[in-house]
Amino acid sequence: MSAIPADAIPRLARGVKLREDAARGRWVVLAPERMFVPDEIALEVLRLLDGARSLDAVVEELAARFAAPREEIAADVAELLADLAARGIVTT
Amino acid sequence: MTPIDPPLGLLAELTHRCPLRCPYCSNPLELSRAAAELDTETWARVFREAAALGVLQLHLSGGEPTVRRDLPDLVRHAEQAGLYTNLITSGVMTDAARFDALMQAGLDHVQLSVQDAEEASADRIGGYAGGHARKLAFAALARAAGLPLTLNAVVHRQNLDRLPALIDLALDLGAQRLEVAHVQYYGWALANRDALLPSLAQLQAATATVEAARARLRGRLVIDYVVPDYHAKRPKACMGGWGRMVLAVSPAGRILPCHAAESLPGLTFPNVRDTSLREAWERAEAFTRFRGTAWMPEPCRSCDRREQDWGGCRCQAFALTGDAAATDPACALSPHHALLDLAVAEAAEAGEAFTYREIGRAPARA
Repeated sequence: MSAIPADAIPRLARGVKLREDAARGRWVVLAPERMFVPDEIALEVLRLLDGARSLDAVVEELAARFAAPREEIAADVAELLADLAARGIVTT
Repeated sequence: MTPIDPPLGLLAELTHRCPLRCPYCSNPLELSRAAAELDTETWARVFREAAALGVLQLHLSGGEPTVRRDLPDLVRHAEQAGLYTNLITSGVMTDAARFDALMQAGLDHVQLSVQDAEEASADRIGGYAGGHARKLAFAALARAAGLPLTLNAVVHRQNLDRLPALIDLALDLGAQRLEVAHVQYYGWALANRDALLPSLAQLQAATATVEAARARLRGRLVIDYVVPDYHAKRPKACMGGWGRMVLAVSPAGRILPCHAAESLPGLTFPNVRDTSLREAWERAEAFTRFRGTAWMPEPCRSCDRREQDWGGCRCQAFALTGDAAATDPACALSPHHALLDLAVAEAAEAGEAFTYREIGRAPARA
């Protein structure tokens, strides 16, 4: 897995959508012929990928929201996004 | 009674009309004519009902769905209902302007079929001169627009030896996914079984090709592989289980547990014209009949795989044994399993001629 630079703008890959699955009380990521259910942390991150925020800005936002150490959040988010990128869910 | 999980997918068969005549078409032998098709507003209502029921993914199929002039409107209605839209197409009827209309409507993904990697053979199998070239042009439109593309290759004895070329074609066309789907033998395909069934050696070579390509192309191309029943020891979990994951609506509005279910006798299928998808899914006898495991005969009933394969395929059980409630003969535990070996042996001696799929020209049932 290659790391995403801090100033890159991660976003959902083409054909990938984050949707509320109201019938099942959850959010899902829909992609061609597949779907997955993000855990709470992944969902928070995915919701912040608005095509404008950089990786740095995403980390900033989460650190403020959860009053958590920035370095810790940065490491977690980087790892999560690298994994989602490897699976074709997220792109930069 | 335990609550019934809602379906994840809806297969909308918008029409049975299609310019291609593939001899393994998954449509029923009795094809609907244009006059019987649901109108735009009814489909829009069906999409809203599906989304409310819990459907997430919509597969717009046919026949050839692009023969419907209202397809961009249908995509828009589906998008507004919150469904993920997947167009399953032959690609032969869509020029740049019509493609653009689909993109504007919010299409999420397209699955393009090819009949072979080699043009003359592809056009012969599809029964449509010039079809392969049009498909390549369609793929170029998808690539230029950045629309996610899956290439779907139905494989059988007469094209399986060109599987490596089909994989190369998927890469050349910029597809992110390739479905290598062995023919499933119901309806039209069953009528053409002798001309289509591969040998065991051919199948083993194909499986090895897919495994090698998956390893080589990791991160570039996802290959989905649908294996054929006729060389299997255990049946497939057809539709992920009857009435468990997906439902289908036929061109004339019948609500089906699978697109081939109309071939089964003794089942009455509700119609979207007078029944909601929820009512059909939760209560219709056509859905409850083979749902779960309580309907199963032995050897399924006491089998530890009964909630993995759900007894296999009802349509195949009926087509080969005459009993829709029988264990799928693809299972080696079925008392009818020898029928499959017999069919493979017969096909090995048979010729290559097809009975092409045509509306109003259903072949005599095998």
